[in-house]
Amino acid sequence: MNQRIPVTELASDFKGRAREALADSQLRSNFRTAMDSLMRKRADAFSDADEREGLRELGNRIRARSLSNLPDLLEELETRLTANGIKVHWAETVEEANEIVHGIIEAHDGRQVVKGKSMVSEEMEMNDYLADRDIECLESDMGEYIVQLDGEKPSHIIMPAIHKNARQVSALFNEKLGEHVSEDVDELIQTGRRILRRKFLEADVGVSGVNFAIAETGTLLLVENEGNGRMSTTSPPVHIAVTGIEKVVSNLRDVVPLVSLLTRSALGQPITTYINMISGPRKPDELDGPEEVHLVLLDNGRTGAFADAQMRQTLNCIRCGACMNHCPVYTRVGGHTYGEVYPGPIGKIVTPHMVGLDKVPDHPSASSLCGACGEVCPVKIPIPELLQRLRQENVQAPDHQPAAVKGAGSKYSRKERMVWRTWVMLNTRPSLYKLFLWGATRFRALAPKKVGPWTENHSAPVPAARSLHDLARDHLKNPPNGRAGS
Amino acid sequence: MSARANILNKLRTSLAGTTPRPDEFDESLVTGPWRYPPDQRIARLRELMEAVHTEVHQTSENNWPALVAELLAKRGITNLLYAPATVHGEQLASAWKERADGPELRGYDRPIEEWKAELFNDVQASVTGTIGGIAATGSLVLWPDRNEPRLMSLVPPVHIALLKASGIHDNWYDMMTAQDWAGGLPTNVLLVSGPSKTADIEQVLAYGAHGPKELIVLILEDA
Repeated sequence: MNQRIPVTELASDFKGRAREALADSQLRSNFRTAMDSLMRKRADAFSDADEREGLRELGNRIRARSLSNLPDLLEELETRLTANGIKVHWAETVEEANEIVHGIIEAHDGRQVVKGKSMVSEEMEMNDYLADRDIECLESDMGEYIVQLDGEKPSHIIMPAIHKNARQVSALFNEKLGEHVSEDVDELIQTGRRILRRKFLEADVGVSGVNFAIAETGTLLLVENEGNGRMSTTSPPVHIAVTGIEKVVSNLRDVVPLVSLLTRSALGQPITTYINMISGPRKPDELDGPEEVHLVLLDNGRTGAFADAQMRQTLNCIRCGACMNHCPVYTRVGGHTYGEVYPGPIGKIVTPHMVGLDKVPDHPSASSLCGACGEVCPVKIPIPELLQRLRQENVQAPDHQPAAVKGAGSKYSRKERMVWRTWVMLNTRPSLYKLFLWGATRFRALAPKKVGPWTENHSAPVPAARSLHDLARDHLKNPPNGRAGS
Repeated sequence: MSARANILNKLRTSLAGTTPRPDEFDESLVTGPWRYPPDQRIARLRELMEAVHTEVHQTSENNWPALVAELLAKRGITNLLYAPATVHGEQLASAWKERADGPELRGYDRPIEEWKAELFNDVQASVTGTIGGIAATGSLVLWPDRNEPRLMSLVPPVHIALLKASGIHDNWYDMMTAQDWAGGLPTNVLLVSGPSKTADIEQVLAYGAHGPKELIVLILEDA
């Protein structure tokens, strides 16, 4: 069966969802095709390896420099934005952020919101929060709109509906909108355009994310192709931007390499159709643009990641999605398997700080550690190294201090700890090791026939009749060609 | 304590005893590979913009209104939004006086609240200026202001942009440095590099997602 599995019916844990995804050949085919194409496009966009590596190094330095001065930059950003007429709000939790957004909308008696693509708003589950308060929050990015229409979550941070094909979107439009459209992609997009245009016209408030916040000029920079981001931030009378506290950079010039890295890494484009730089609400003599612009700065676990110098590198991320495009695990199981806002390699290192490692205990292990994610990261986040660190945090004893990552130690097993201690003991004491070898070879018939999941697809390992040490000793005493060992 | 104070305190505690990293910005990395001989800037920009379905024409500073009329006629467009208080707006209006058959000119001369539905539902095309272009990425730079508001380049299905050949810079860094963007930005600056598009369904590229379905660039060479 190739039926899509609605997200609401997915198994509750990563392994269960992965098994279901792996059994869905349509889903695997959709992802395989898309990821192959994205990898090819990125490679083409960075055809000069020296240029690419130089730019990645610069991108890393800019992000590291920004983070090394983050509190001061945030204050500078706030001062500049305020001087420009943009109101700045701070939120430690997603609840606080939602309350702030809701408060602004309520102050304008808003009932209809159009939202450009924003991963932070996904963290906040803003759509549901506002829907519970009788406010319609409509996704306006075409992929996000399709996903929202089907009651799903995005499965990729750049291409939210990448898990669906045109046939599935056509069926969805038929079912939910009563629109009888063919499977022609142009026709499907024009249907979406027609419906969303009316919403842009009527919306009371527009919401967006932020790709980079520039402290020097007090500017919010947004990157997009569709124009829905511009519509959402320009047409309604109020614009609310939501962003994580890490997105700030010092200078205007810093965004030149970062935008180049972002667009080329994400979709292989030299630049996106629109780079939208917002530095204030409409001035009194201007004829359009929002009368109010707000920025909500969200923590949601970021200060926790920031506290640890190694994990702080997680915050370098510019949300390009290249790591997931190149991840052999993501390509096979798809974005919904991760069950969280951020899928793939970056999700595995970001999510634990937001929800706690105990809520996503399998994430750090869902990696082959092949290193592809680290190699393609435009700002050189050492993702494999951070995954290994999280694996260690996962098995820390409950009383281990200090607990560096929220929810650390949830995979701690006394039995496993004992096994590894025994292993260390055997391998650091020659006499014990010899005794163990002697026993293992003589009593090999007693070796267990089943060793957990390993023996689901493999033969159980059985000790050899003679140890390598024995064989080597014999070999040196009696070499095959008759020469004595030296 | 407020969320603001808590967040800043946590960040400052984590950075205690450290010093900010130095600014090691290497501008040669964002300019070096993106330099073009002056006579190739237009070719580079054209190539990139046409690759994403932009229609590009080269014309002169005197003849562009006639070209606009021709392009609109070819499409059967019957109205055109323009900015009456700009130099190019005046030039267009003046040229239109001599044509009886041109599409109706509509000036963007009142607050959007007074005619938003009309803009969304009736206006078929617009013409705006730019403050320059970027050869490296095939981009136009729009600097909307009171006279030429921002929705002009976004809502009409066809957007015609005027770009002076002498205003094409090699790369974005050069342009923002030469024009001292850091010294002050308007409420909204836009880099536009083609008509609106999406590849959200099966990665099949479709144009005209939400913004203009067609972008037409008129490169104006000295008369």
